[in-house]
Amino acid sequence: MFSNDLALAVPELILAGSALLLLVLGAFAPRATTPLGVAAMLALAAAAVAAALSPVGVAFKGGLISDAASSFSQVAIYAASAVAIPLGQRWFARKGIVNFEYPVLILLAALGMGMMVGSGDLISLYVGVELQSLALYVMAAMHRDDAKASEAGLKYFVLGALSSGLLLYGASLIYGFAGSTRFADIAAVVEHGANTGVLFGLIFLICGLAFKVSAAPFHMWTPDVYEGAPTPVVAFFAGAPKFAAMMLFARALYESFPGAVDQWRQVLVIIALASIAVGAFAGLAQKNLKRLWAYSSIANVGYAVLGLAAGNAEGVQSMMVFMVLYMVDVTGFFACLTALTREGRAMETIDDMAGLFKERPGIALAMTAFALSALGLPPFSGFWAKFYVFKAAISVDYIVIQVAAVAGLVGSVVAAFYYLRLIKVMWFDAAPGRTDKPAVEAHAVAIAAALFSFPIVMVALAFIDPQAQAAAAAFGLR
Amino acid sequence: MTGILSLTTFAPILGVAAILILRLFGKPDDARTVEAAKWIAFVTTLATLALSVLLTARYDPANPGFQFVEDLPWFAMLHYRMGVDGISILFVLLTAFLMPICIAASWKTIETRVLEYMIAFLILETLVIGVFCALDLVLFYAFFEFGLVPMFLIIGIWGGKRRVYAAFKFFLYTLLGSVLMLAAILAMIGIAHTSSIPELMTYKFAPGLQTWLWLAFFASFAVKMPMWPVHTWLPDAHVEAPTAGSVILAGILLKMGGYGFLRFSLPMFPDASAYFTPLVFALSVIAVVYTSLVAFRQTDIKKLIAYSSVAHMGFVTMGIFSGNDVGVQGAIFQMLSHGVISGALFLCVGVVYDRMHTREIAFYGGIVNRMPLYAAVFMLFTMGNVGLPGTSGFVGEILTMTGTYQVSTWTALVAASGVILSAVYALSLYRRVVFGELTNPALAGIADLEIREVAIFVPLVLSTLYLGVQPGVVFNLTQASVDNLVAVYRAAIGA
Repeated sequence: MFSNDLALAVPELILAGSALLLLVLGAFAPRATTPLGVAAMLALAAAAVAAALSPVGVAFKGGLISDAASSFSQVAIYAASAVAIPLGQRWFARKGIVNFEYPVLILLAALGMGMMVGSGDLISLYVGVELQSLALYVMAAMHRDDAKASEAGLKYFVLGALSSGLLLYGASLIYGFAGSTRFADIAAVVEHGANTGVLFGLIFLICGLAFKVSAAPFHMWTPDVYEGAPTPVVAFFAGAPKFAAMMLFARALYESFPGAVDQWRQVLVIIALASIAVGAFAGLAQKNLKRLWAYSSIANVGYAVLGLAAGNAEGVQSMMVFMVLYMVDVTGFFACLTALTREGRAMETIDDMAGLFKERPGIALAMTAFALSALGLPPFSGFWAKFYVFKAAISVDYIVIQVAAVAGLVGSVVAAFYYLRLIKVMWFDAAPGRTDKPAVEAHAVAIAAALFSFPIVMVALAFIDPQAQAAAAAFGLR
Repeated sequence: MTGILSLTTFAPILGVAAILILRLFGKPDDARTVEAAKWIAFVTTLATLALSVLLTARYDPANPGFQFVEDLPWFAMLHYRMGVDGISILFVLLTAFLMPICIAASWKTIETRVLEYMIAFLILETLVIGVFCALDLVLFYAFFEFGLVPMFLIIGIWGGKRRVYAAFKFFLYTLLGSVLMLAAILAMIGIAHTSSIPELMTYKFAPGLQTWLWLAFFASFAVKMPMWPVHTWLPDAHVEAPTAGSVILAGILLKMGGYGFLRFSLPMFPDASAYFTPLVFALSVIAVVYTSLVAFRQTDIKKLIAYSSVAHMGFVTMGIFSGNDVGVQGAIFQMLSHGVISGALFLCVGVVYDRMHTREIAFYGGIVNRMPLYAAVFMLFTMGNVGLPGTSGFVGEILTMTGTYQVSTWTALVAASGVILSAVYALSLYRRVVFGELTNPALAGIADLEIREVAIFVPLVLSTLYLGVQPGVVFNLTQASVDNLVAVYRAAIGA
């Protein structure tokens, strides 16, 4: 029944409808950015509520899945998107750029991400990824007068297009050898392991997705794009799209290739370890905080992929908890960078942060919390995220993953060096002074995210844990 | 009396809240605010001490199990679970006892960012007490690991010239050990499906697995202890840390390693512990002999005492892994006594450092002529460090050696030479610093202990002597728990 299908797609329909409506309104009232932004946030809130209440089922002949996993991810993603609107709009306004398209683009990206986490078909997978990516390319280049931002946007676009090509090629191979684009049908074909043709397609699919989540060895675009793109935009696309892409990763692997788990698991372990190593060692040489956090995100994605490699429900659950907690952390960190300026100039290098605790104790404490959290120190959220992932990985009865988990933990000690350096600079060094008053909205986001990182997370996990467990169970795995 | 344990643990956090409120309403660098913050910190630590004394008074020494247990379910099978037995309550008491002394010792020497300093110490106190009270693996790990941060800041902000290097070395060294322990913790939770320490103590892990788990825990505790050859962070951290930081480091933080061996390694992995006992004995003996020799050649007073700490911890690990009543009791006593004596020795160094701003041994000499009171105090703790009968240092050393002698004669024999070696370096340090003619003109005006310093040393002197002649008070408290621990361990390894 078509009406039943539509009932399952209500969150997506809300977003699509309001994006188009706001676009039309914006064309007639381009200066009314604030009302448009508020309207977009309301639309996201409505979509989140609709996602939370969404019935369970499969729509459009398997193209769209609505289950506990999609509801969980959609609520988290829409919330993160809503936060990105004031953060970015106010920043662009301070730069003298008045863009009514910004909230519309966020809505379209959110729509794409919503499709990604609920896709049950190679076609909807691709459409979701592209919708999301195209919106992000534009946002990365939105600061037109800035050469670096334009470069970042172009680089992001070209490399993103390449990865889309890989993805599409892999999808076409899978379709050719399995005879269907539906995940459920593919799963039936590869019930007892994938044949070479399907496996070939799967590897391409994994490569394309690894590009999107910036896992090594497909991470090269990340530092450049993070550095060049406007900071509030980075705050958005370092969090929610990564989460969506990881969920898509889980969907593609767990829904369509559960029979080939021993085959793709090896690939994931290599990707995970390579990401952790690249993130840890390359980060040591960075001076720019945005680049540093790009490498940090590569390492973190490595942890999430390791959770996925567990290949069971606990693995999916750990990945979801990890990505939700990481999303809050990374949004908060880039909100800190958005808030900080010295005589109008953005503070982006580690040296810029000298003595920050003396000047801006609130933001310095927040950044300390994010650094310690990224380091994986309890009781911050980053520790609990790693706790889930490594528990899942180490409990798998498969020695390669267990060894990889221990290696990953040791890799986090290497990364600890650069997080500590940031803390050292903020706390030990002398302050040069003259930082400007932080922007209100970025300051608020930063402090709220830091408070979530500790102590709210200790309470919140009691709610997130069962939700993620139910979501992981929805995958119908062992 | 449920809740008293959490109250004791988190009481220092109330002090932190008070200081933060003070900071909100006052100017941070105002003299009155600073003074008030010091008093808040001091009173809070005293209150914590009072609570822990109350706790000890209410503790039933005849019951070997965990007491004052609190248990609240959390998420993902984890619990907020706290409790103390005869072993851990002793360390709670030691922590609460040393903390007010640390605050008092920093009263005049810390001049910059006093509020943050006090906050760091109070948070550290909560974390350390939490480590000893936690009965859930992950909770234990959280307390254990987060303790690195305040200590990192204490060394890095208020430390000496090479403080950044020392702080990083301390942090990264310890972190590397800890993540291996984390891997083992996660594996244990995955296998046993519980994170409760009392339940895991009775859980029997497969012998092959025990080996790996033991090694992972060993990596963490050996660094923390520290055992030779992973002790190299300690001299750096001690030399650069402010005096009170050194006191906490030597007095309490090192004890977490020994406590970990007693709480985890012996009861949870008995087969592996028995298997690795020769290794631990060898490392302990090397620590005792080698670091004693290294200590003798030091030119910096603090570094000398730091190396002597490593040597004394050698006795502790030896005693723990002797696996019998006498050895384990001795090890616990040795940790307690070392906590008091080495803390006091670092305070002694602090006294002359505050006056002369150098710790070079060669700079000093003959200060007995100007500081007779100080010389007497320093003498007592030097004797305690050597292990002179009548001081607490003697009891621990003789018991650990007796215990080890029953298991391995050679180990005990070689370790006994450490007693002589400790006399060599400690007495020669004392001679070079205190005795002789006053030749350095810079020392002519050096003043003896003031009232505040005397007040700091009095409790330390009294406890060193009291524990030396009346060690029974400690054994009464620990006896039941240690008996139980040793009986279970020996039954598990079939000895």
